[in-house]
Amino acid sequence: MNPLHGIEPFPVAARKALADKQLRRNLGHATATIRDKRARVVAEVPDWEELRRAGEAIKAATMARLDEHLIELEKQVTARGGRVHWARDAAEANRIVTELVQATGAREVVKVKSMATQEIGLNEALEAAGIAAVETDLAELIVQLGHDRPSHILVPAIHRNRTEIRDIFLREMSGVDPDLTDDPRQLAMAARAHLRAKFLTAKVAVSGANFAVAETGTIAVVESEGNGRMCLTLPETLITVMGIEKVVPQWTDLEVFLQLLPRSSTGERMNPYTSTWTGVTPGDGPQEFHLVLLDNGRTSVLADEVGRSALHCIRCSACLNVCPVYERTGGHAYGSVYPGPIGAILSPQLTGIKNNASLPYASTLCGACYDVCPVRIDIPTILVHLRAQAPAPAAEAVAMAGVAWAMAGPRRFRFAEFLLRLGRLLGRRGRIRRLPPPLSAWTASRDLPVPAAQTFRQWWRSARRPQ
Amino acid sequence: MSARDEILGRIRGAVGPAPAVPPVPRDYDVSGGHITEPMELLADRLRDYAATVFTCAPADLDERLADITRGWRVAVPAQARFAVPGAVRDDPPLPYSDLDAVDAVLTGCAAACADTGTIALDAGPDQGRRALTLIPDRHVCVVHADQVVRSVPELVRRLDPHRPLTFISGPSATSDIELNRVEGVHGPRSLIVVLVDPVGSGSGRR
Amino acid sequence: MGMRIALFATCLADAMFPEVAIATVTVLERLGHEVVFPRGQTCCGQMHINTGYQRQARKLVGHHVDVFEPYDAIVAPSGSCVGSVRHQHAAIARDPVLAERVAAKTWELSEFLVDVLGVVDVGASFPHRVTYHPTCHSLRMLRVGDKPLRLLRAVRGIELVELPAADQCCGFGGTFALKNADTSAAMLADKMRHIVQTDAEVVTAGDSSCLMHIGGGLSRAGTGVRTLHLAQILASTL
Repeated sequence: MNPLHGIEPFPVAARKALADKQLRRNLGHATATIRDKRARVVAEVPDWEELRRAGEAIKAATMARLDEHLIELEKQVTARGGRVHWARDAAEANRIVTELVQATGAREVVKVKSMATQEIGLNEALEAAGIAAVETDLAELIVQLGHDRPSHILVPAIHRNRTEIRDIFLREMSGVDPDLTDDPRQLAMAARAHLRAKFLTAKVAVSGANFAVAETGTIAVVESEGNGRMCLTLPETLITVMGIEKVVPQWTDLEVFLQLLPRSSTGERMNPYTSTWTGVTPGDGPQEFHLVLLDNGRTSVLADEVGRSALHCIRCSACLNVCPVYERTGGHAYGSVYPGPIGAILSPQLTGIKNNASLPYASTLCGACYDVCPVRIDIPTILVHLRAQAPAPAAEAVAMAGVAWAMAGPRRFRFAEFLLRLGRLLGRRGRIRRLPPPLSAWTASRDLPVPAAQTFRQWWRSARRPQ
Repeated sequence: MSARDEILGRIRGAVGPAPAVPPVPRDYDVSGGHITEPMELLADRLRDYAATVFTCAPADLDERLADITRGWRVAVPAQARFAVPGAVRDDPPLPYSDLDAVDAVLTGCAAACADTGTIALDAGPDQGRRALTLIPDRHVCVVHADQVVRSVPELVRRLDPHRPLTFISGPSATSDIELNRVEGVHGPRSLIVVLVDPVGSGSGRR
Repeated sequence: MGMRIALFATCLADAMFPEVAIATVTVLERLGHEVVFPRGQTCCGQMHINTGYQRQARKLVGHHVDVFEPYDAIVAPSGSCVGSVRHQHAAIARDPVLAERVAAKTWELSEFLVDVLGVVDVGASFPHRVTYHPTCHSLRMLRVGDKPLRLLRAVRGIELVELPAADQCCGFGGTFALKNADTSAAMLADKMRHIVQTDAEVVTAGDSSCLMHIGGGLSRAGTGVRTLHLAQILASTL
């Protein structure tokens, strides 16, 4: 299964998610909580708009010279004792990582939550090679133990409530206290105990990267729980897989993103832990460091002048939390590891529109996502842009062509209005309650008013002098 | 063609021969000028993250640290210029299992940022290697007034990116279960900060 | 001195909700301005743009621009149609400069009243309990802010009640309502729950399209809450 697209189109998958009452409650509670937190900490930053504009411009400027920045990054990482690998696609990245792990002789790796490795299906690839990948982020652990899929970029187990999580731990975690309650603290401590032994003995860690600074070769990982620090510090070998768009030119660019990201993401002034490292530091941390630079469709996104700003995304997930569609359907309905508004523009561009044709339509274009995006990605405009590339259903294309024909001039429009008025015959007491497909999609849950007996232009002509 | 050359070629094809590079507006606040009392703000922010904060004058630091760590087995960095009675030096480097067994680690820091309540470690002599401040269950961190900056940009600019850096804002935390914040997952479960302030100090635990 | 204002009625109001366009004329004329109706107008093309039919949309945009180009002030009772004119037309039009010129003199009704005419009290009277839903395109594309609320507060006899979670989309979204009918209905259900919570007799907004969706739901659910366009309330007198 491709981690970037589902089997079913969005409306079909969404219908199932909408029927799950527990999921709706979990999502509603979680998104509302995090929306409020974000709004509070953003409001206390006087220069928030200036920071957003700086973030947007840094990303746009980086993309314009992406080749040069990647070459510089490679040079700096190499000079500091790291090794850089390039991967055209998921299969190549998985092969590189698998071979690097095999070279260490390790049969198990600890992992920091990373979108890039989810996108390429690294865990499955490692498993196929007989290597166990242990997710160490609490939510990712819940997802992994529950044989489930992440449903949110930041809080992947947002669709699970505490009771469900306790049941998963009792079922799947070896040596867990059978009297474990569903108190979040107890659950977190059970995860701590379960993972601690793994951290202290792990030989290899795999991470993603939030940022990579070209001029210094510095990689940054932003996290909350400390599992990232554990993975980035304790094992002998560290393998970091990052999308090529994560590079930023200068160290001081981080002063912008380290303000934008935590407030947008978890609604905190700063996340509990951020780690940065440059190559290898003798006597401190992993003594072998590999950086895998991943394309996997990103260069095709870059080729689209309108769509390319989707690559500016810093994976904060603020757009998910404010999206009224995401709030109702959850992340699984999008079928991609990148759900929500950003997923609806990123996934179709990464896979090609044919494999994700329904995603650009999974939005009312309400614009809430654009308002909160810390790097000002104009998601609604890109959604509309992608809709123009998506293959149109034949019946819809005929209908839209018909409407366009009728709207081409006032004479035709008046004729269309005449036909529309025939629709009055379908109504009772001014309301139409049932229409044939495809308009039955409307009348399934709403009435439609009958067309007016007299259109505005008829009224104007009768009541006014002609213009 | 190598993957490297192919990806670089795709990038050049995608952006074209002469891509426009937009100027980056840097008119955001660098100095945190609106913050008038950085030490106070730092203490507030740290407490907001559920860190324990003490304030003391330079002359009282040793006594204060001894008080805080009384009865604990404490590890200190190999080259630390401070210690508390009975402290274990990370020299030679302690095995992870020993670090897991101590009650606390005592270190200094590289800098701290008032606006966000962030402490930055750069593995300097009074901080030691990263594992030392990670595995023990408590982290006692000494912050001197001249290490405190107002804003995130000031913090970032003060640090050397070539050193391994850790930015700490409160103890580790997760919100993965119904967005309930639980403190202390994998890093030290408690963060105890001692602010050393030559002026306006001596008020003890504020 | 009164202005000469071209009414951009919108295709939806023309065919389905003529009373909204009539109310717009009533308000503007009551304030002493001359309203004209450019008879060549059909549709701004928003539905085609947003559904991905750029080629057909381009023709509609061109037609719209040609029809309205001669006028100095163009007013529409729709946040989303004006949003399309202002933020989408130039990118799609064959003549972007001309499209920008038309966009620059096109206003949504509440913007026009408050910003251009400088009026808040339009002399309306509407003694009913009313709640206001800010439609997404008014709110986030046009940034009308509290202008509609300021106009409503000046209406005599009105009892204006705040709508909980007002800034949340109602779930209409143009063809979204058909293509993602289940999700649309789920969003509508929440919007209706909030409306009913206010105990309002009337829910109002600046877009007939969103109101058609909300009103259709309220009618189906038998809530008894009516929908009225902002223009209709502003046109009301005793």
